[in-house]
Amino acid sequence: MVFTGAFGEPVLTKRYGVPDSHTLAVASEYGAYDVLRQVVGKREPKSLIDEVKASNLRGRGGAGFPMGLKWGFVNPQPGQEVYLVVNADEGEPGTFKDRTLMENDPHRIVEGCILAAYALGAKRGYIYVRCELALAIERLEHAIAEAYQAGLLGQRVAGTDYAFDLHVHLGAGAYICGEETALLNSLEGYRGEPRLKPPFPAVSGLFGMPTVVNNLESMAHIPDILERGGAAWSALSRLEQDGGVRLYGVSGHVRRPGIYEGPVGLTLNEVIYELGGGLLHPERELKAVIPGGSSTPVLRPGDLVDAPDEKHPLHRWHGKSHLDVCMGVDTAKALGTMLGTCCAVVMDSSVSMVDAGRNLMRFYKHESCGQCAPCREGTGWLVDVLDRLCDGEASEKEVDLLVEIAGNMMGNTICALADGTAMPLLGMIRKFSDDFYAAAHKRPRTQLHDSWAQTFTR
Amino acid sequence: MREAQVRTLSIPPRLGPQGEKSIVSFELDPSREARFQTVLTRYAKSRAACIPLLALCQEQEGWISPEVVEFAANKLGLTTAEVKGVATFYTSLHQRPVAPNVVWVCRTLSCELRGAGVIQEQLEALLGCKAGETSANGKFTLLKAECLAACGEAPMIQVNDRYYERLTPESLAKLIDELDRNTAPGQVAAIGGAVAPDVALSDVRLRKAGGI
Repeated sequence: MVFTGAFGEPVLTKRYGVPDSHTLAVASEYGAYDVLRQVVGKREPKSLIDEVKASNLRGRGGAGFPMGLKWGFVNPQPGQEVYLVVNADEGEPGTFKDRTLMENDPHRIVEGCILAAYALGAKRGYIYVRCELALAIERLEHAIAEAYQAGLLGQRVAGTDYAFDLHVHLGAGAYICGEETALLNSLEGYRGEPRLKPPFPAVSGLFGMPTVVNNLESMAHIPDILERGGAAWSALSRLEQDGGVRLYGVSGHVRRPGIYEGPVGLTLNEVIYELGGGLLHPERELKAVIPGGSSTPVLRPGDLVDAPDEKHPLHRWHGKSHLDVCMGVDTAKALGTMLGTCCAVVMDSSVSMVDAGRNLMRFYKHESCGQCAPCREGTGWLVDVLDRLCDGEASEKEVDLLVEIAGNMMGNTICALADGTAMPLLGMIRKFSDDFYAAAHKRPRTQLHDSWAQTFTR
Repeated sequence: MREAQVRTLSIPPRLGPQGEKSIVSFELDPSREARFQTVLTRYAKSRAACIPLLALCQEQEGWISPEVVEFAANKLGLTTAEVKGVATFYTSLHQRPVAPNVVWVCRTLSCELRGAGVIQEQLEALLGCKAGETSANGKFTLLKAECLAACGEAPMIQVNDRYYERLTPESLAKLIDELDRNTAPGQVAAIGGAVAPDVALSDVRLRKAGGI
């Protein structure tokens, strides 16, 4: 379910509610490709990169890298072709935002891709979509076909000399292919195993050529950035150096799970109570929030910001709850977590963090590509120990063992999957050690999921 | 990325009764062959068409059979080991025959918080098989899925390429009943009951020859 407009006029999602917004006829009526016609062949590509730099757009795929800076790294040598690759392999538990863009406004994505490719000098682009999203794929492919027919893609983009081809490339079910170099390997027809960096994709990416890999939502912001101007778009945000609006997701124990648009810098309390409609079971207490996808360490509502120093990035929120901090890439980092994809998973007091941790560790065990031993073995060990804890077979020492295994995984692998596994588990153990020791002492604890009646009578 | 117990470590030798080389071969039908040729033009290197080709083959054949692996390898100038390596990496490429209705239950955190465990138990009861198995009537294969990017619509299942979201025990029972009635007995897969990790190739040959 998608809701927009709770915090100001929708920008990114303004065509979401319009019937048949996925068709070219309707999307054009509501402004699709207007920016494209004003820009392609008329403005210098370099000026577009400057505009994106001024927008302070931090990548929406989870790492939050400034997109303009990433674009600036592309410097093709003579004879090299530049590729644009868009990452829509959305699969981080808790994250379900990009799918809504593909289903509701695919022409915005196509327009964003053409503009980005024009800025970068790319002649070919691929949108890598996970194969499970059938409706999203159907609409995106239809939008691309319509754009070809209308002369917006192909040899003469919008009647200019600029040529650009855009294709949808489907994944086949692998979370790791959301990692940019694994995605490139998968796109080239190999197993989706991440590559060592450097060289970074901007130097040697798809087929060894300079490549920009951007998240799909990042791409969808480009028409707005160029329409309003980078600085004006950036100012929509509540934060500095982290501009614009973004999609927020909320799932788990809330009354209205879904995708919402808002300015960058909403607080988690706003996301949970104003967007998500509050807790599903109001009689229970909020226990924990995973702020932006399962790899981001958990936050507790009772924790207060301790930043008396005026120079501290969180000083503005000194003494307030962690859930009252404006969430941005840098503020989340200062809180000891990550912004990730800004799709929160909300858990109430019925949840034992041991079970929640086991659920997520099973995910990472399944999704580890197996290249690096610390990750391949570590994820398995974590699940084995958590299974023993959940079954009441483990001792207190095994909680320490979890910490030791997770510590040995971090920083010792090619890609960030191992860190993304270890960090959230360590966060859970640190902040909810009572749950883990209770399991070790075989004290009774609640199930992760409620009973049939509790779950479905609402 | 399959779990260890499901991984097929060796392909049984593909020899006919007299020891001759593979007696069954696989070809894409003309319309899918045409689609493949279109896809091939999109990439600077033909290997990039490997996953799209395997997806087309699975669409036709139902799974990535040894014959499909051989076909794809010939088509792209790769070894069968290279193609098998790719095929076994990805969850949606089936290494074993599956029923006409492949039911994936999302088990990851947001869905489990909203009752995925209950949904899975109910599915196992309705279909009479465990996750990872095919129902006795051969109409359903039940599989557990990792996050399907529908967390806000939890709990959910995917049946073939369709999502069914915000399920309740009632809506799930109704859906399975409909699917059950709309799947003709003639479509029943050759291999009923639990899907064996290694399918005897003789079964596959017989099925293709119209024997089963």
